[in-house]
Amino acid sequence: MSLDRARERSRVDPPAAESVVPRRGRGTELILLLFAIGIATFAYINVDLGALGRVPPNALGYLGGLALATGVAHVVIRIRAPYADPVILPIVVTLCGLGLAMIHRLDLADDTSHATAQLTWMGVGVALFVAVLIFVRDHRILSRLPYLAGLTGLVLLMLPLLPVIGHSVRGARIWINVGSMTFQPGEAAKIILIIAFAAYLVQKRDALALAGRRFLGVDLPRARDLGPILLVWLGGLGILIVQNDLGPSVLLFGIFVLMIYVATERISWIFLGLLLILAGGLGANAVVGHVAERVDTWLDPFADPTGQIAQSLYGLAYGGVVGTGLGQGRPDLIPIAESDFIAAALGEELGLTGLVAIILFYALLASRGLRSALLLRDPFGKLLAAGLAAGFFLQVFIVLGGVTKLIPLTGLTTPFMSLGGSSLVMNWVLVALLIRLSDAARRPVPSSSPSASSDTAQTQVVRIR
Amino acid sequence: MNSPIRRISAGCLLLCVALLINITYVQAFWADELNARPENRRVLLDEYSRERGPILLADDTPIARSVPDDSEFEFQRQYPQGPMYAPLTGYYSRFYGRTGLERAQNDILSGEDDRLFVRRLIDMATGEEPKGGAVKLTVQPAAQEAAYEGLEGYKGAVVAIDIETGAILAAANRPSYDPNAIATHDFDEQTAAKNDLDSDEDQPALNRAFAQRLPPGSVFKLVTAAAALESGEYEPDSEVPGPAQYDLPLSDKPLGNYFEGACGPGGTTTLIEALRISCNTAFAHIGNELGHDALLDQAERFGFNTQPLTDSDMNAATSVFPDDASEPETAYSAIGQFEVAATPLQIAMVSAAIANDGVLMDPYLIREVRGPDLVSPIEQTEPEELTEAVSSETAEQLTDMMVEVVDDGTGENAQIEGIDVAGKTGTAETGREDEPPYAWFTSFAPADEPRVAVAVVIEEAPDTAREDIGGGALAAPIARDVMEAVLGS
Repeated sequence: MSLDRARERSRVDPPAAESVVPRRGRGTELILLLFAIGIATFAYINVDLGALGRVPPNALGYLGGLALATGVAHVVIRIRAPYADPVILPIVVTLCGLGLAMIHRLDLADDTSHATAQLTWMGVGVALFVAVLIFVRDHRILSRLPYLAGLTGLVLLMLPLLPVIGHSVRGARIWINVGSMTFQPGEAAKIILIIAFAAYLVQKRDALALAGRRFLGVDLPRARDLGPILLVWLGGLGILIVQNDLGPSVLLFGIFVLMIYVATERISWIFLGLLLILAGGLGANAVVGHVAERVDTWLDPFADPTGQIAQSLYGLAYGGVVGTGLGQGRPDLIPIAESDFIAAALGEELGLTGLVAIILFYALLASRGLRSALLLRDPFGKLLAAGLAAGFFLQVFIVLGGVTKLIPLTGLTTPFMSLGGSSLVMNWVLVALLIRLSDAARRPVPSSSPSASSDTAQTQVVRIR
Repeated sequence: MNSPIRRISAGCLLLCVALLINITYVQAFWADELNARPENRRVLLDEYSRERGPILLADDTPIARSVPDDSEFEFQRQYPQGPMYAPLTGYYSRFYGRTGLERAQNDILSGEDDRLFVRRLIDMATGEEPKGGAVKLTVQPAAQEAAYEGLEGYKGAVVAIDIETGAILAAANRPSYDPNAIATHDFDEQTAAKNDLDSDEDQPALNRAFAQRLPPGSVFKLVTAAAALESGEYEPDSEVPGPAQYDLPLSDKPLGNYFEGACGPGGTTTLIEALRISCNTAFAHIGNELGHDALLDQAERFGFNTQPLTDSDMNAATSVFPDDASEPETAYSAIGQFEVAATPLQIAMVSAAIANDGVLMDPYLIREVRGPDLVSPIEQTEPEELTEAVSSETAEQLTDMMVEVVDDGTGENAQIEGIDVAGKTGTAETGREDEPPYAWFTSFAPADEPRVAVAVVIEEAPDTAREDIGGGALAAPIARDVMEAVLGS
């Protein structure tokens, strides 16, 4: 909507657009970051106040660590991506801060020390974030080797199946051991595969957009173009069956379908994708007991009152509208609250109010990515930004919807909040890419076009259809 | 490519809205139901880890309180006086729930009550642990102790009422039980105590004072006498027939007195005399003369057929005067038999109304509800008139008649030196062969300026010979002790 209005405005009044000085928004970003660090530190202190009635002794150290990591990221953005969207980093820091506070809160209840590890992983994440911004100066270099990227992604996905290094946690074989450390290579594979999809689809989209037979008013793709989607579908099913993990397969396939739709502008791909998901789900249901079990738990979470969904719902209900206050609920009663169910723990202690804020943060982050996708001028960038942003929000929806009994539960991490290094680090990489893309989207075009300021860049977008 | 990107954005927005609607439903609308689910440990743990408010007597002595404890529940509920107040307090048990005031006043004690809402908001803002409010009773420790001591060795109950306000000053029961044993966190001990309580045939958990309905026998003659005086056809010295046996209309079975012979020379007596010696035949005759409707009306004006103590939700039993009765049944009703059944509380209300110039006050047990600071009052009970049971003239006449009973009649055991006591005995047939009767006594004092009304019932007195069981012998001394305890304080 706003886009159309902007287009209209520029048509009526082009000279005004010309005079606008490109706004980089780095000052805005700094102020928002101060708020983000403030919220994160306050939440951390609040946990101790609520649970133990004292200010944590390491509050200053915590504040320092957070501020340092954030400061480095901000400075690198100033240097390497000065036109980047100023809202992205503050949202990420806030989400990380809330996640850290909740992990710390669960540490207090369970007598563990995950928060320190998580903070360290955040440091690693920021380091990779910086590395991506420094080494990927233009996102278009990512499109050069689509098949290699695809292969790398597949290899990463398969790593946990290898005999020595791969192992299972809670039935899902998605982990590898390297020395004493464990990783979920699937997190990295997801990003690399999105890059590969984008690069591949940009090359092949003309062919894929060709219409085949018309069925029920929808142009179906030609049968011979179905290869790629079937391949990814089979891959997803493979992950599901071999690794016994529903979440990543649904997510990966979903992202691919969305990207193929963006690339070809043919809605039929979406229908086809949904059909394939349905078929795959029903098929998997027959083969893998796991899936039926998930659906049963979803339909009747109280059949096992100690089960995750029941406990999650109890936690959410107990929190009510305003929550119990950090440190004052019983989120430790929810099984694995620190990873998959961290949203339920947050919903309990921050209430509906807090959870709504968190969901809106995620939505805002995704909308910033999608906005970059609209603003970007190259098809690969558009496709990549859309894939990353929509895939990110799809993941948020799958995990939060599962935790709150909107949809059956599937194993996925809550971005930036769940305990776990791989997920946290790779989401920082994802954000680095979004920053890079938004920088490209908002950066004024060097010469030719007079109306190429960031504010009116929308006017340049050419509708293909 | 922008059009699909926009559509996808709209799709993301849709997913976002779905998430928001869903959590709003769960956390704002479904929450109460989820919290109420029995297997939801969170609510249980929360309830137990919160400092539950105390139950206090009129002088602020706690009869139930929560003390800090090392267990995962953080607090242990204690009942310092144990059995003496058990039928009032009830127990607060993790596995067996709540009874008595612990149940009836749970919202206040746990801090969940709407009247504590503002306090909860403040606690939420300041991060203070929420605490429950206090419930302060009207019960006076001296009166309760006298009543409980007096019942020793018997199965029975005592109720004492403040005449002017209707406040309940004592409500004692025997046998009783120790609520501490059921409130303990030790599962085995708790189960054993509960099993003992459930299997005891004497029903120690029953609050006899409020909930045990028994035939009132002769104490009901107060109601019949009141109806007679109110009808205008009788005066205290009106002559009434009082033969040795009253020939029931429509029946072959004669109705006799508790004692041998007639109630006066030539089979006639006066109303005042009939009450003094508790003459069955005279009251059976009066009952039939007045008719069932007049008796029903009078009984209802004293509170029969209406549940008392509904404000405090104490599950008090409704005393019964039958809706419908034939003539012989009416004769039996007039002397408190047939289907007439009353709780000790109801009988105390009859005395209290007579003492209060005929005005029946609504009895109440909870004097005040206080906030979690245990000082600031949230709600106070205001004394409330229920009905005018009898005219003040009738009340005066009944008082004089009851004074006669204690001065020189069946209730001599209730005499207090230097104070005029008004009373009435009752010895009610249980309706079962070979079972000793129920011994009743109700009274109030001082007769000229009444302050306290008492009702006592002894259901069983195992150590007393059957012929010695009677209201005057067993129940009157207890009533005297309770009245003395109240008047002495």
